[in-house]
Amino acid sequence: MIGQKDLLGLQGMGPAKMTQILDAADSMRRILDQNQKKVPHLQGKTIVTLFYENSTRTRLSFELAAKYMSANAANISASSSSVAKGETLIDTGRTIQMMGTDVVVMRHPMAGAPHLLAQHVDAAVINAGDGMHEHPTQALLDMFTIRQKTGSLDGLKVAIIGDITHSRVARSNIWGMQAMGASVRLCGPATLMPVEIERTGAIVCRRVEEAMEGADVIMGLRLQKERQQGGLIPSLREYATVYGINTERMRLAKKDVIVMHPGPINRGVEMTSDVADQAESVIEEQVKNGVAVRMALLYLLTRRRESHDLH
Amino acid sequence: MICIKGGTVLDGRGRVLPGTDVYIEDCIVKIGGTLDADEIIDAAGQYILPGLVDMHCHLREPGYEYKEDIESGTRAAAAGGFTSVACMPNTDPTLDSAASIRYVRERAESVGHVRVYPIGAVTMGQKGETLTQMHELAGAGAVALSDDGHPVPSAGIMRRAMEYASHTGLLIISHCEEMSLVSGGQMHEGDMSTVLGLRGIPAAAEGTMVAREILLAEELGLRVHIAHVSTAGSIELIRHAKERGVAVTCETCPHYFSADHTWVEGYDARTKVNPPLRTAEDVEAVKEGLSDGTIDVIATDHAPHHRDEKEIEYELALNGISGFETAFALGLTHLVHTGVLSLEQLVEKMAADPAQILGLDAGYLKEGGPADLIIADIEREWTVDAEAFFSKGKNTPFDGKTLTGRVLHTFVGGRTAHMLEGKI
Repeated sequence: MIGQKDLLGLQGMGPAKMTQILDAADSMRRILDQNQKKVPHLQGKTIVTLFYENSTRTRLSFELAAKYMSANAANISASSSSVAKGETLIDTGRTIQMMGTDVVVMRHPMAGAPHLLAQHVDAAVINAGDGMHEHPTQALLDMFTIRQKTGSLDGLKVAIIGDITHSRVARSNIWGMQAMGASVRLCGPATLMPVEIERTGAIVCRRVEEAMEGADVIMGLRLQKERQQGGLIPSLREYATVYGINTERMRLAKKDVIVMHPGPINRGVEMTSDVADQAESVIEEQVKNGVAVRMALLYLLTRRRESHDLH
Repeated sequence: MICIKGGTVLDGRGRVLPGTDVYIEDCIVKIGGTLDADEIIDAAGQYILPGLVDMHCHLREPGYEYKEDIESGTRAAAAGGFTSVACMPNTDPTLDSAASIRYVRERAESVGHVRVYPIGAVTMGQKGETLTQMHELAGAGAVALSDDGHPVPSAGIMRRAMEYASHTGLLIISHCEEMSLVSGGQMHEGDMSTVLGLRGIPAAAEGTMVAREILLAEELGLRVHIAHVSTAGSIELIRHAKERGVAVTCETCPHYFSADHTWVEGYDARTKVNPPLRTAEDVEAVKEGLSDGTIDVIATDHAPHHRDEKEIEYELALNGISGFETAFALGLTHLVHTGVLSLEQLVEKMAADPAQILGLDAGYLKEGGPADLIIADIEREWTVDAEAFFSKGKNTPFDGKTLTGRVLHTFVGGRTAHMLEGKI
């Protein structure tokens, strides 16, 4: 129904299609709020999650989304190390395909892996995060959560703060939020800011205050400890001082600013605990929204296949 | 005796002879005039050109015969119009001993379709630590020295290599890559790497080492050749060095003037090559460098791989493009037919110039010289079909592209090494 076989990323996806997904998620969210959660939409469909990286939240979210809609769900865990030595991705994909799978949800440590899989299987492929490339369902649920609170993303000022280079969540949100009419400002150390990111349309700020000024939404990104070992930042302490989101800086933002974080939060590094608590309250809401968004996507992608089969 | 009749002869040294007959045995007997021939090959409307010389390719033998071997590689070279190729030493074992150099030469003599000139390693095992026995390599028939595939990380060792090699007469060919800047990079660092989420290789990873080699060559008063130049910055450094009289020469490869980093979109690993495909501005700079003479040579960097090494995640795929069978056509399509180079200039950069840099007596046509020549139709359109390659390596991003200009017939020492099927 959304006119594409797979969901690999939000780059290039128009606002109409995104709105369609978010609207469908609204209906799914209403189902989740009922006592009886089971609906028959995906009866007879098989959803496989194929995760080459550890994840509890995203994977469980997809699995529950499938089950609430009466689909069969199976999970395959492959360790990151098996990527290099084990069966090739194409062979794994073909095997999953032969078992009658309708949708493969994949997380992979390497950018572009879902694209490779999608070219070799008829099943719909949903990218649940590929390397530093995209994490479209996370961005959709971020946008859904914002829309729930503000009614629309149009005209909103969004600040994304932290390690942009290594963040697939940031990239998907940059594409998605801008397509929906928001403006996106980015801030982080130059060593964690990918080159020519301005070409996406996002605005890069040198000072975190500049990025947060008048913001409707502030998103903090997790700073991996290994970035310090990798020589990208001198110390966590300096990072927290210069780029950390704290109560004082929060005063620059709009009063009813939404604080988000894809989690898990390093308290005292990218956010002080006071701010992290605000983010945590949104995260709780996002867990439910995540299931709704994924239900919507599973529904739309399998519907597309059905109508395709009929014609 | 064979008479190649009525083609336009470019002798590779500036002479253009329209409607000329060329008589060959194992040597070129006569250019022009009338002699009795046993066989006549009609070349009316075609060009008769010196056999092309590739100073940078990978034949993969010994050790990686599943990717390519000397027989298949030289067959592909012949199909691409090459009659002499210099192969890089990153085999297994590395070509770092007289025995391994001799192996390649002997193997090429028994199964090769074109002339093969091995390039020896600069350091043992290409590890960048201990110099090879360069005099022995020269004695065994190495035509140059390179650790291609790997840079020589230490400037001190490169300096000693240049000094020591100078008494052997062998040229050092430097693969310029500052590994601390490459840092796991998969493609050119720019807006495309940012959007695709692949680690980038900055242009400066190449340029810093190009600058190093230039400074060493300048200070020592010795020559150096820079392999596969791909960035505007490197070209600018070489241009200035040449103006100062530094004995630096360089090559680029067809993919650096025919494709750019936007080709990586979609993560097709056939676009993965080292150095990586750069920006459109770099492509323009390469063309300018070719046109103003800063870039001396077009080499293929023919790097065949097995499909299992390419039909995988981009990050896991190996670097390299199977280049023999498209190089000349890419040059014609993107340089000659667009007016960047004349046909004469293209042929010089693909024949006489690399031959001269390596000290080979090849790359031009003269009476009494070896009958290494090609017949080419520079206007013929054809579509690249990698599956039809003679090379075992089908890894090319140009698969399915339509190119203009094709080699019809390749002679090595007067014998047919390749003839395009159904050419007439």
